[in-house]
Amino acid sequence: MERQPASTGSRQELGRLLEAVLSNRGRANAVFDILAVLQSEDPEEIKEGVRTCSRLFGTLLEREELFVGSLPCEDMALAGSQGATYKYKVWMRHRYHSCCNRLEELLTHPSFQVKELALETLMKFVQLEGAKPLEKPQWESHYLFPRTLFRAVVGGLLTPEDDHSLLISQFCEYLEYDDIRYHAMQVATSILARATSRQPEVSLTFWNNAFTLLSAVNLPLQEHELTNFYVKHAQTSSKWKVVHLKEQRKAFQEMWLGFLKHKLPLSLYKKVLVAMHDSILPHLAQPTLMIDFLTSACDVGGAISLLALNGLFILIHKHNLEYPDFYQRLYGLLDPSIFHVKYRARFFHLADLFLSSSHLPAYLVAAFAKRLARLALTAPPEALLMVLPLICNLLRRHPACRVMVHRPQGPELDADPYDPTEKDPARSRALESCLWELQTLQQHYHPEVSRAASVINQALSVPEVSIAPLLELTAYEIFEQDLKKMMPESVPLEFIPAKGLLGRQDDLCTQFFCLS
Amino acid sequence: MGKAKRTGARRQVHKAPAGAFGGPGKTNPNPFEVKVNRQKFQILGRKTRHDVGLPGVSRARAIKKRTQTLLKEYKERNKSNVFTDKRFGEYNSNISPEEKMMKRFALEQQRYHEKKNIYNLNEDEELTHYGQSLADIEKHNDIVDSDSDTEDRGALSAELTASHFGGGVHKNSSQKEGEDGDKPKTRKELIEELIAKSKQEKRERQAQREDALELTEKLDQDWKEIQILLSRKSKKSENKEKKEKPQPDAYDMMVRELGFEMKAQPSNRMKTEEELAKEEQEKLRKLEAERLRRMLGKDEHENKKKPKHTSADDLNDGFILDKDDRRLLSYKDGKMNIEDAQEEQSKGADGQENDQKEEEDESEEEGEDGESCEDPDESDGPDSHSDLESSAETEEEDETPKKEQRQTPGGKSPKEAQKAQKAAAAELPYVFAAPESFEELKFLLSGRSMEEQLLVVERIQKCNHPSLAVGNKAKLEKLFGFLLQYIGDLATDSTPDLKTIDKLVVHLYNLCQMFPESASDAIRFVLRDAMHEMEEMIETKGRAAFPGLDVLIYLKITGLLFPTSDFWHPVVTPALICMSQMLTKCPVTSLRDVVKGLFVCCLFLEYVSLSRRFVPELLNFLLGILYIATPNKKSQGSTLVHPFRALGKNSELLVVSDKADVTTWQRGSLPLHWANRQSTLTATEANHTRLSCVASCLSLLKHCVLMYSALPSFHAIVTPHQALLAEHLARSLPQELQELSRSILSEVESQKQHCPPLICEKSKPVPLKQFTPRLVKVLEFGRKQGSSKEEQERKRLIHKHKREFKGAVREIRKDNQFLARMQLSEIMERDAERKRKVKQLFNSLATQEVD
Repeated sequence: MERQPASTGSRQELGRLLEAVLSNRGRANAVFDILAVLQSEDPEEIKEGVRTCSRLFGTLLEREELFVGSLPCEDMALAGSQGATYKYKVWMRHRYHSCCNRLEELLTHPSFQVKELALETLMKFVQLEGAKPLEKPQWESHYLFPRTLFRAVVGGLLTPEDDHSLLISQFCEYLEYDDIRYHAMQVATSILARATSRQPEVSLTFWNNAFTLLSAVNLPLQEHELTNFYVKHAQTSSKWKVVHLKEQRKAFQEMWLGFLKHKLPLSLYKKVLVAMHDSILPHLAQPTLMIDFLTSACDVGGAISLLALNGLFILIHKHNLEYPDFYQRLYGLLDPSIFHVKYRARFFHLADLFLSSSHLPAYLVAAFAKRLARLALTAPPEALLMVLPLICNLLRRHPACRVMVHRPQGPELDADPYDPTEKDPARSRALESCLWELQTLQQHYHPEVSRAASVINQALSVPEVSIAPLLELTAYEIFEQDLKKMMPESVPLEFIPAKGLLGRQDDLCTQFFCLS
Repeated sequence: MGKAKRTGARRQVHKAPAGAFGGPGKTNPNPFEVKVNRQKFQILGRKTRHDVGLPGVSRARAIKKRTQTLLKEYKERNKSNVFTDKRFGEYNSNISPEEKMMKRFALEQQRYHEKKNIYNLNEDEELTHYGQSLADIEKHNDIVDSDSDTEDRGALSAELTASHFGGGVHKNSSQKEGEDGDKPKTRKELIEELIAKSKQEKRERQAQREDALELTEKLDQDWKEIQILLSRKSKKSENKEKKEKPQPDAYDMMVRELGFEMKAQPSNRMKTEEELAKEEQEKLRKLEAERLRRMLGKDEHENKKKPKHTSADDLNDGFILDKDDRRLLSYKDGKMNIEDAQEEQSKGADGQENDQKEEEDESEEEGEDGESCEDPDESDGPDSHSDLESSAETEEEDETPKKEQRQTPGGKSPKEAQKAQKAAAAELPYVFAAPESFEELKFLLSGRSMEEQLLVVERIQKCNHPSLAVGNKAKLEKLFGFLLQYIGDLATDSTPDLKTIDKLVVHLYNLCQMFPESASDAIRFVLRDAMHEMEEMIETKGRAAFPGLDVLIYLKITGLLFPTSDFWHPVVTPALICMSQMLTKCPVTSLRDVVKGLFVCCLFLEYVSLSRRFVPELLNFLLGILYIATPNKKSQGSTLVHPFRALGKNSELLVVSDKADVTTWQRGSLPLHWANRQSTLTATEANHTRLSCVASCLSLLKHCVLMYSALPSFHAIVTPHQALLAEHLARSLPQELQELSRSILSEVESQKQHCPPLICEKSKPVPLKQFTPRLVKVLEFGRKQGSSKEEQERKRLIHKHKREFKGAVREIRKDNQFLARMQLSEIMERDAERKRKVKQLFNSLATQEVD
């Protein structure tokens, strides 16, 4: 056959070539011209080429004009003694593979539109190839899925060089289908294992891409018929693994365990832990397998420890995990910097949740109350307005701890028996102490804090104070509230006349500063 | 049956009075008249009435009464003639017959007088006769009128005849003559009348002239009598005039001035010496009491508001009051110190008020004299400023020379004139319009020296005082905001003019005293801007930079203008939050930040010096400063609070490693303009600044230790500082600082820790709201059933009316029965008599027949 020269960059030309290939087998060499457009530098031409290939191979797959079965080598097939039709199908399938490889490469193209179009085309091929498999079924109702092609797609998303968060968000639409979800989990697991086994260090981009894909997988909560398939089948069989939620949960678990097995960057630690108690733990087949990961995360410290404790709490609460150091670790997280971090609201919300059980021992709750009160001596007013009601709520939930604010027959002590350096709440002797810190805070300069600390002067009322609106309180909001407060009839004034900026003799500013 | 019951009731009614009158007497002689009503059953609680009665006796009494009253009327019903003796006093036994005669005589005399009155009426008739006579005269006049009418008619008839019969010229002339004849008569009468009137007028004029002449003669006689006295007085007045004229005007002016001064001086002296001092003391006491009440009393106001929501808050707030009171009482020494300071300040205030009054006197002199007296203002200007700056003693010294100056105003006048001539070239205008915008104020103040700027601001206030015009209040309120803005601009310069700001604060204070609301609004606006900037930086970066010197100066001014010890204040409480943000969100990265942070710490301590409130941010910041002044190796275990960090490039910002600089350092104040300074310091200067910062930090820490030593958690608060200082001693600090840190440690150790157990205050258990049903009386057992008193009263009246009505009906019925009985007896008698006569007639007839 003679190759005809093709002028690139023209839609009509591509249409003409497409028509020629589809109408006449003799002109099949035009496929090379169509594939050459995919190598172009112009994104628009690439897009046209991708669309043309989509229509070309889509039609060929529907017509079953591609070779079915294990693919022999192209040269041997062409040199063999088979018929012309056999040779044509083998040759065309090789062109099909070339096209798929190029599309996989296009998933890393700078232009997002090209990436998106390549992804759509590849998924279309997956669908068509699934409907008309290119492999021979081994038994009557054997389940066939184009795993090789799908692996290429997922592999294109999880690359260590480029950030594919946007493209993965596009791919999430396909994860709604049960079969796509199942196979995506399997492929992701294998890709992760392969990537980490080959290279000792993996780039942060790869981890981010992997996490983005893994966090997008959402399993259904209830067992029902998983029949929402992307690749349509005439009839489904109960023998297929893809139909069972249990199997999908196993794949989900293997995926996450494979991901968390490796050392992750700190930012990903936080993201995983944030999603742990909502998106991961409820869907695991055996949630207790996360113990190792969570306990190691507890040792990191800071926000990561807090989030890990949240996951551990769910395991303890719902899966009967016995973790004796839970409250000791929570006790260790209480340090003065807790009031100034970004996750302050989440921390205190979780601490309130962890301490909400009425079956906690009194010495433990007393230790936490005393620790919080001690930290309150160094806290800003917006944090105090949240901590003081929290302490009062702890005393309300556990009447045994009310001796800390009302000990009528107690002796007068020379020193506070509480040991702030003791790391074990059981041995900190908090129950023997009183909350003198709250008494000190009754002299705080802000009237709201002083009023909140004065609650302990009266017997605590039974209903708890909700601290939810106080968790997000900032100093600026307190400032605005003070400004908007109703003013008295007349503003009180200073009656000692001013002699200048540093005019008074008894001023501290006058002692330490001068106007020179 | 009904009648029987009624009669029984009637008898019962009459029984009671009968028994009352003579029950025992009557019952004894005739027991058969007594009737006893037997009760079938004895019921407890029932009142028994009418047990015993005398029906026969009451009936007999009633019949007797009717025979005396009703029967007589019945018998005399057809007789109409009655003789009535109307003689005065005839039946009055109290008057003697002689008195009766006298009174009768008096009445007769009155009748005669009345008759005379009747005769007076006759006199009126006589007047009518006179009237008639007058009428007759008038009638004659009327007759005359009728005559004139007849004449007129004749004239007309003549004319008519002439016209009918024609006629010649002669007849026409005769007609004319006839007309003339009629008119002259009337004219004559008129003339006579005129003559009479004129004569009367002449007579009246003569009489008036004679009267006037008499009066003038009398006046002349009186004048002659008084002439001597008048001449004497006039001579005296003439003498005075002669004396006044030749004297010079200057002397008169001086005399007047002396008079005014004499009037003014005593009141000033009295007030300045005694009354003013007392008034000032009373004012200060009241203000101090109000300040203390605001420190505690805000809770009372809040108590009043909060009962609407929940009672628990009231109780809490109430108890806050008690605790605050106790602690204040425990600080009696503190109170005494405060009072001493107030006394000193009150003396200063007295001096200032004296200055003000002197200024007023000077202004009065200005009004009197004119331009020549304007010079004393200029001369006194620097004096007043020096007074403000100097102490009370210097003020006392200055007062006497001013008085001397007042005593000799004449001596000053030529000097003042010379000064005026000299200063004429560089004079400032005396009248300034209040600026309407900040640019106008800036234009007025630009290009002038500090003294001139202050003068301009002072004159703006004086020329636009609210008492002078209506719109001046709004203008001066704006002026406060403009001055604040101007101060901010001065502070943000690379070389801030702090001395001008220092002087302008006095004017801000005065304006704030006049307009508190607008001043508080202006300062709150400024604080909101600063807070907004910090908040934006915190949201984007997570931390903020220290604000500029202008914000620090605004916070200082807030403390000078408003009381800082209040429990809640609309301006001071937001300012405290602003300072808290500075110490917690602004990291310390340079010496400039250290200076700013220490300034904010000073402000915090000043704000809470009276109320002694706890400021955690202050102690955290001082701990951080001590940490960055210590090498890292030695202070590994200490706990730091945000924004300080244990490790980093700024963790040894204040460490001084050069021993030579340590030896050459001397303690001094930190210049405020370093907060704006961008220039680089030499190594020695930087080290000296570091040591000064450490010294200030240690001094502030000592103040905190002294202030907070009474707090229950004092040791928990101070332990980190104590640990750092103990390690700090090992370092190579100057001797002075080592001694200071040792004194702080000894102060901390000397404070023994007392931990009394916490006990809730005893409070009465609040009774639970009980949901008892609301009881409404629907049915009340008994006769009297009514919802209101009015209805009960109405029913009672209706009841009485019914009883009275029934009683009346009963009486009338008995009366009719009585009369009927009487008539019947009469009829019976007449019938019996007639029968007797008939029998006699029949007997006589019978006897006749027999004969």
